[in-house]
Amino acid sequence: MGLELFLDLVSQPSRAVYIFAKKNGIPLELRTVDLIKGQHKSKEFLQINSLGKLPTLKDGDFILTESSAILIYLSCKYQTPDHWYPSDLQARARVHEYLGWHADCIRGTFGIPLWVQVLGPLIGVQVPKEKVERNRTAIDQALQWLEDKFLGDRPFLAGQQVTLADLMALEELMQPVALGYELFEGRPRLAAWRGRVEAFLGAELCQEAHSIILSILEQAAKKTLPTPSPEAYQAMLLRIARIP
Amino acid sequence: MGHSGRGRSVPTMGLELYLDLLSQPCRAVYIFAKKNDIPFELRIVDLIKGQHLSDAFAQVNPLKKVPALKDGDFTLTESVAILLYLTRKYKVPDYWYPQDLQARARVDEYLAWQHTTLRRSCLRALWHKVMFPVFLGEPVSPQTLAATLAELDVTLQLLEDKFLQNKAFLTGPHISLADLVAITELMHPVGAGCQVFQGRPKLATWRQRVEAAVGEDLFQEAHEVILKAKDFPPADPTIKQKLMPWVLAMIR
Repeated sequence: MGLELFLDLVSQPSRAVYIFAKKNGIPLELRTVDLIKGQHKSKEFLQINSLGKLPTLKDGDFILTESSAILIYLSCKYQTPDHWYPSDLQARARVHEYLGWHADCIRGTFGIPLWVQVLGPLIGVQVPKEKVERNRTAIDQALQWLEDKFLGDRPFLAGQQVTLADLMALEELMQPVALGYELFEGRPRLAAWRGRVEAFLGAELCQEAHSIILSILEQAAKKTLPTPSPEAYQAMLLRIARIP
Repeated sequence: MGHSGRGRSVPTMGLELYLDLLSQPCRAVYIFAKKNDIPFELRIVDLIKGQHLSDAFAQVNPLKKVPALKDGDFTLTESVAILLYLTRKYKVPDYWYPQDLQARARVDEYLAWQHTTLRRSCLRALWHKVMFPVFLGEPVSPQTLAATLAELDVTLQLLEDKFLQNKAFLTGPHISLADLVAITELMHPVGAGCQVFQGRPKLATWRQRVEAAVGEDLFQEAHEVILKAKDFPPADPTIKQKLMPWVLAMIR
């Protein structure tokens, strides 16, 4: 058994790893773990990753979680083109600088619209309007920093070429976009950056990776989303409670 | 912040680290640099005086956060990025961030995980238990404090069960950046008076190992400020007004 990747394309970090692997021709066995159904909290999956999170990489006996760690591991193991995770000291530092800020200001924040509009209602929970507003403000603030501090007048977030930073960022931004947030409206620099990243990755790969999240509202409306398991239900309630 | 006191500009001294040892990530950077004999100019940015919110500091880091590193014209923020930069530039012993692919992935994994988990709980524990009531004079409801401490408890359990397990250090038999980042985080609730290691013998012995590996003197020195957090005099109204928006955004 070669490399296995446990993922769900509903999840931003899962998409980042998926796109990276596909773009670089990294041989992976894909194992879909349905987040909405709650398969990540099943006994079987918890045996593989006791934290019950996606994505998870399995390389023989070696099991790795955290998308940034997985991306770095794959880039080194498969010696992907240098621009993804540059060997230059300062260039690489810029990637880590972005990833650190991303963990604080993007991660957690950009996923909330999915909880508000789809996952909460799926289990009969409504997120209070003031929290939705607060999240909208946080998203707008983060986008401002993204544009001003990280992008500036550079073509990509951490330098002159596409890096892991751009991939992580794009996939987070796609989440609220899929929920109807027009993030790129009135943000021409960011829109141009998105165009550059998607052009680099290729339209086909982007479509493949994004099709599930982009159809999520439709699936919710048609009531074709799975019912979360009892184990997942508790975890979902906890997650919703943590929305600031 | 440091200045020459002379009219003309002086050649850069090399590495400058903008820190306040009140901050967990600053402690990790400080200890790492000192432990590895990395020469640097210390630039104190006093958080409780609001120096990080000044225009002068915004010139160094427009995001108004510490730690920040300046290496000639190169300015870098984010503690993990800074630690990795120092690791690579100064060719520190391998165990801090091993060359071995899988060993290194374990460190990367911990450093990624801790951002939204341990980091967040430790920060909130300090502010809800001590800094809000004592320093800012803002009462915190018993429910809020209880929820924060419960969250800390859950994260500590994960630290033990998922990362430490039965190993000497978080990612293997040797100390690494993961342990340094973790221990400096845990000293935040310790500084707030939380008995983090009580009833957690595995974590307690891990702490001893980390302190010994870092060096007792250096460890004490780096933690002098946080261990006095309970005794900070209350902020005057001007300072309080200045700091409140920043504090509220930081611990949301």
